[in-house]
Amino acid sequence: MAIFIEILRTKNSDKQYFETFLYEPFGDGDTIATALKKLNEREELKDVDGKAAEKIEWECSCLQKKCGSCAMVINGRPRLACDAKISEFKGKVRVEPLKKFPVVCDLTVDRSILFANLKEMKSWVPDEKEAIINGKEIQYESSRCLQCGCCLEICPNFYSGGKFFGMAAGALTSRLISELPKGERDEIAKAYKKHFYAGCGKSLACKDVCPAGIDTEKLLVNSNAVAIWKRKSK
Amino acid sequence: MINVIGAGLSGISAAITIAKCGKKCNLFSVQPSERAQSVLAEGGINAALDNMGEGDTVEEHFLDTMKGGVFLEDEQTIKDFTAAAPDIVMKLKALGVPFHLNGDKIAQRNFGGQKKKRTAFSKSSTGKVIMTALIDEARKYEDKGFIARFPHHEVIDLSISGGAFCGVTVRDIYTGRTAEFFGATILCVGGMNGIFPEVTTGTTQNNGNVQSIAFSKGVEFSDLEFIQYHPTTIAVADKRMLVSEAARGEGGRLFTVKNGKPWYFMEEKYPVLKNLMPRDVVSRECYLAIHDGQTDGKVYLDLTGLPEEVKRDKLSDLFEEITAYKSIDPSVTPVPVEPGIHYFMGGISVDKGHRTNVKGLYAAGECASIYHGANRLGGNSMLGAIYGGTVAAKTAVDENYECAATDNGSHELPFGYAERADGSPSFNKKLRDILFDGLGIIRDEKGLISSLEKVEKLISETKNETEMARATLGKAMILSAIERKESRGAHYRADFPEQSEEYKAKSTAVFSGGEIVIKFKKA
Ligand SMILES: Cc1cc2nc3c(=O)[nH]c(=O)nc-3n(C[C@H](O)[C@H](O)[C@H](O)COP(=O)(O)OP(=O)(O)OC[C@H]3O[C@@H](n4cnc5c(N)ncnc54)[C@H](O)[C@@H]3O)c2cc1C
Ligand code: SF4
Ligand code: SF4
Ligand code: FES
Repeated sequence: MAIFIEILRTKNSDKQYFETFLYEPFGDGDTIATALKKLNEREELKDVDGKAAEKIEWECSCLQKKCGSCAMVINGRPRLACDAKISEFKGKVRVEPLKKFPVVCDLTVDRSILFANLKEMKSWVPDEKEAIINGKEIQYESSRCLQCGCCLEICPNFYSGGKFFGMAAGALTSRLISELPKGERDEIAKAYKKHFYAGCGKSLACKDVCPAGIDTEKLLVNSNAVAIWKRKSK
Repeated sequence: MINVIGAGLSGISAAITIAKCGKKCNLFSVQPSERAQSVLAEGGINAALDNMGEGDTVEEHFLDTMKGGVFLEDEQTIKDFTAAAPDIVMKLKALGVPFHLNGDKIAQRNFGGQKKKRTAFSKSSTGKVIMTALIDEARKYEDKGFIARFPHHEVIDLSISGGAFCGVTVRDIYTGRTAEFFGATILCVGGMNGIFPEVTTGTTQNNGNVQSIAFSKGVEFSDLEFIQYHPTTIAVADKRMLVSEAARGEGGRLFTVKNGKPWYFMEEKYPVLKNLMPRDVVSRECYLAIHDGQTDGKVYLDLTGLPEEVKRDKLSDLFEEITAYKSIDPSVTPVPVEPGIHYFMGGISVDKGHRTNVKGLYAAGECASIYHGANRLGGNSMLGAIYGGTVAAKTAVDENYECAATDNGSHELPFGYAERADGSPSFNKKLRDILFDGLGIIRDEKGLISSLEKVEKLISETKNETEMARATLGKAMILSAIERKESRGAHYRADFPEQSEEYKAKSTAVFSGGEIVIKFKKA
């Protein structure tokens, strides 16, 4: 069934504006990513009123929800476009860029702050020669974080440039907090306290929204135990 | 200053190595490392750690790699490559990669073309967890000022003059501005899957343009006829989704339905390695089973009999993925699969030190053709990317190449605006269909010549430089396949079904004076 896709755009304009396209899915598996790709492949892209439209700017890479590239807001919810099946939506769907990051163009946003924050937190193994504790579920979960930013979009406490870095940083650094031996993890634990623990309200909106299905609560509980309460890691 | 193009496993390994040598590099990529194709790698990475009590050795890893690649690569190169593997995996462990453990040692699983359990893994997300650890490591050197990341920056041109490298033209995708960066450059741009849009297991980021430009500017390529079809892929919207070889490594069985009954063709035909024969063999057998005439024309992967512990623990992510995209629960229903393009053994021709034929230009990772011969073993390409990136970086640091065109190789032009004439999607799909027809799992002269004629026509019809370069690289793939008049590894010729000693050599392709020249080079 054909669907109207309403896209919040910026191309050739100083202000954001909505443009609506009619899209006829090719198959059951079609996602919002398929639609964006196919719209851009049209010889002449026209909006629903037949007005000529510019190619839609957006990012994608893996098309199988493993890279976090295509995160955007779909019907009000931060999601991966390649994981949002068209068949879920009835007649109409609204697609917008993530709002917590500066818009580059249309649906492409600049998520550099994610990486700047991780640098600020010193998210790395300080000395690779030291004995690392491997193989725990926490580390596997944490390593899967896509750095997509969906959790930041939904988080009531995160804003770009603030002192609170949100779950994207909290989830990723929980690997190091759980595996670095005592003495090696002091800096990252301190950074965690300052840039995550102090700002997180534990509402766990991030857990519901994480497209990788990461159990952010489990990571947060473990990191709090180790970094704040100096207990042993799970 | 060394330029590293591409931030997947090979690029990030190169950047870390350069930094560890106390040198600086620029790391360019279309998107951040977190989104590179390397994060998709599933089943694992090979190293003869011998943690499973089977008496595995580096020598056996060497032999399996040579045999899997059907003896095209230089022996010493493969000896060094396989000997480096255990140390590479242990270093990854020291960086905190959460490998699956067996006691306190890294566990290893069976993979295709290898009799012993040699593949270290983390469920079916090995590439992702390795990338996470290496990205953190690169961050450390970024903080120290050794690595400068350019994570939304696409290389749109290479400048080569008189057989020497000058620099790369880079476009900031976010602003549209372009600049040139001079000096020694390592290409780590991944596989050529973008030459086959929507029909490979890879990402949209690796569009094949850098390889096309390099080829049209005289960079030598090799073994372009060897394209790996992975036996077990599933069609999903816009791509083929991989079902990792780990599924068979952990006990998955392939069958087709013949005369109303399941026929486990791999087990019947290959009683020793069974479902874990090298990929070229398995894909060919799947193709034959599909086209057998007496079967139902389908191949299924039966995972229903896997031990609960494997379903729950070692492959839970893969099971979830299949369920999410195909609405099939693999623990109760066999999964219909088909061979799909997965990896390119061919690519930029490099020597043991990862030098190309252009002075000052190096290549590593999937874009370089070395280590995998006529058929890559599963688990050897992550290894090849990490090892290759490291070797290339060491060579580049040692050679300290300075570009003749500038004073010290780090000169930057002022930013300017440029709109790149990208290949149109319709052209790219036409090219894909032509190549796909000629370069299938089973090939013959007639089909290849027909593809050749069509590619030539396509080239004559376009004025767009990007399109022309892409089609020229495609033409070189076809010509390489025409010239190799034998069957070896992933290259199977119905009209030359036997392997021939005469062709125990790497094919090379060079674009020179408007012509593509194919030669064979003995190891
Ligand atoms: C689904 C899947 C599963 C796999 N599973 C395994 C496995 O289990 N074991 C194994 O050993 N191998 C596996 N492989 C293969 C392996 O993952 C790859 O061969 C390897 O990761 C390639 O790494 P790379 O560094 O060469 O390139 P990639 O990771 O592909 O990175 C390429 C980089 O180049 C950049 N780039 C491309 N074009 C440009 C440009 N114009 N300008 C700037 N930058 C550019 C991209 O942005 C990217 O950063 C798998 C592959 C796939 C697709
Ligand atoms: S628990 Fe709430 S406040 Fe904390 S990171 Fe998640 S969404 Fe934000
Ligand atoms: S925690 Fe989940 S939502 Fe947040 S960045 Fe990581 S993958 Fe995305
Ligand atoms: S394109 Fe990779 S997550 Fe959607």
